[in-house]
Amino acid sequence: MSKNKTSITAEPGKQELFITREFDASRELVFRAYTDPEIYAQWLGPNGLETWFEVFEPVSGGKYKFVQKDKDGNEFSFHGVTHEVLLNERIIGTFEFDGLPESGHVVLETTQFEALPGNRTRVSSQSVFRSVADRDGMVQSGMEHGVVEGYERLDDILEKLRK
Amino acid sequence: MARTPTTHDPFNAVAEPKRRKVLEALGTQERSVNELVELLGWNQPSVSKHLGVLKQVGLVSERRVGRQRMYRVNAERLRPIYDWVAPFERIWNERFDRLDEVLKEMQKKEK
Repeated sequence: MSKNKTSITAEPGKQELFITREFDASRELVFRAYTDPEIYAQWLGPNGLETWFEVFEPVSGGKYKFVQKDKDGNEFSFHGVTHEVLLNERIIGTFEFDGLPESGHVVLETTQFEALPGNRTRVSSQSVFRSVADRDGMVQSGMEHGVVEGYERLDDILEKLRK
Repeated sequence: MARTPTTHDPFNAVAEPKRRKVLEALGTQERSVNELVELLGWNQPSVSKHLGVLKQVGLVSERRVGRQRMYRVNAERLRPIYDWVAPFERIWNERFDRLDEVLKEMQKKEK
């Protein structure tokens, strides 16, 4: 794991989620990794899922849609609108998972890019959910995913052992 | 007697912002009620009330020193809250580790 640790804050009873991480790269480069669809799809993940953008308009008033496919061919899609893109500084947009039984569980995300000394960059994002339950559900589904990924890695290890 | 959720669940106990302030104040060192009153600027009954709830869920421990009671954070009881978010944190760690690799590649190409 990288020496740059991800900080996640989800205070109980609140609708917000904060994620902060630093990178050993210039702000311009990190910003590009967030606004170039091909580069973005390379790291968006999660591991083991193929990710691609069907729509990606990283401009104020734009929209996006990306799809993820697991190894069984199941597809999951996500979409949102881009409220504001401030070059190298800030991206504000919405995010929604299309696979929920009802639509409208939207998240408002603000991602800020801050240049640090030594050609480093701090990325801070704030996600505001419609309800505490929505936020906690997202964290919970993340947990399930984490478990799935864990098993997938175990699969890989077992596969290698068999050879 | 039936207990309300607040009195046995650390998640509910820390949902109240003032109780998080108390935990933050006790995070660095053991303190008496009077010290907390001074530090937080609230009245004594309010501090005692929040301390009582935190003590009940085990997030805060107390010990007697002479005539005073000293309070400190019982970090082990905060663990369920940490555990709740830890797997989610791992996903983000993995995602950002991939971004680290992508950025390295981008830097190579720029040179």
